[in-house]
Amino acid sequence: MSLITEAVKGIYKENPVFRLALGLCPVLAVSTSIINAIGMGAATTFVLLSSNTIVSLLILLFGKILSEEGQKSINKIRIPMFIVVIASFVTIVEMVMAAYFPELSESLGIFIPLIVVNCIILGRAEGFASKNPLLPSIADAIGMGIGFTLALTAIAFIRELLGSGALLGFNIMGGEFKPVLLFILPPGAFLVIGIYMGFLNWLDERKKRSS
Amino acid sequence: MEYSIFQIIILSIFVNNFVLARFLGLCPYMGVSKQLDSAIGMGMAVTFVMTIASLVTWLLYTFFLAPTYENVFYSLFNLPIQDVPDLTFLRTIVFILVIASLVQFIEMYIQKVSPTLYRALGIYLPLITTNCAILGVAVLNIDLFFIDGLPAESSFIHTIVQAFSAGLGFTLVLVLMAGIRERLEMIGIPKPLRGLPIAFIVAGLMSIAFLGFSGMNIG
Repeated sequence: MSLITEAVKGIYKENPVFRLALGLCPVLAVSTSIINAIGMGAATTFVLLSSNTIVSLLILLFGKILSEEGQKSINKIRIPMFIVVIASFVTIVEMVMAAYFPELSESLGIFIPLIVVNCIILGRAEGFASKNPLLPSIADAIGMGIGFTLALTAIAFIRELLGSGALLGFNIMGGEFKPVLLFILPPGAFLVIGIYMGFLNWLDERKKRSS
Repeated sequence: MEYSIFQIIILSIFVNNFVLARFLGLCPYMGVSKQLDSAIGMGMAVTFVMTIASLVTWLLYTFFLAPTYENVFYSLFNLPIQDVPDLTFLRTIVFILVIASLVQFIEMYIQKVSPTLYRALGIYLPLITTNCAILGVAVLNIDLFFIDGLPAESSFIHTIVQAFSAGLGFTLVLVLMAGIRERLEMIGIPKPLRGLPIAFIVAGLMSIAFLGFSGMNIG
């Protein structure tokens, strides 16, 4: 029961992108097409899941084998420790992508190594996985990962639809439609995410007023 | 493609502006742009750290990670060039660790040497470690100025110039944004749009303005 709540909160109530405004750089940069968005979302979810798992296990292990003194000194270097864990998984993703999905790897470019500095991942490792047991940490990572992917896809949906008149590469707007190039270009990303955030705020307010 | 110094400066300040065209460093851009003073402080701190981080990561990459004739295994330990290990896959891990410790080190150094500078930049320095623009510029230097992972001619000077002007570009848009947001406070904005949403829309409009630079012919 609580595991499901843990996972679901990341999707809407604490959506990392729209609610917590974390990890915005990759969201805006790779949301030009749905394929890119899903690829980036999957890569981030993988890193998030692995790092949450390892961090949670590490803290558990230290609690078992170290004295109180040892735990205190480990606590001081926990952030660099988390960063090394995260960076190792990002390197794995980088190499797997370059080997099996060269096109995706090309279009995501610099934003694959930059998953390391995505605040969502370090934020969840420090704020959740280091304080909770294994299963809730995994549930949290899955929820946050899905929430991140959904937000990314939602932005990419509008940008790809209006900017190139296509979805997943298929032209669906017909020949008459002239794509609004602006949405594929950088300004489109800022405008779309701003309007999404405003819309969510408006929904919240309406809900509050009616209850 | 080889760029001249002037081209690199114009490209990284205006055309490929780090915030508005490359989407790097958005967290401080949205977080620290509420007041003009803090925007200037943050911009200076980022420019400073960016330049130093680029310098250090270039040195590390050339002398330790890439299998070049400059690699220490070849030049100091006389390993045959084909046996020099190709460690370029360690790039991400090494760079992030170096940047994180570098920021700590710079903070301690400035505190010791110049308390005035520390008062101006101090509070922004810890925030910079998680600023993706710093790691971004370090990785971009390698992507742009290294050919197949090997340093191109004059890549060192290009790296420094790109890092410094990327920092200037970041400062420019941060200060512009802070100026706009200080005025936005006085205006009656629809309630759901207050705060972040309107900041994003303003950033979108600024980005449209900066698109104009991409038509510039800088030969």
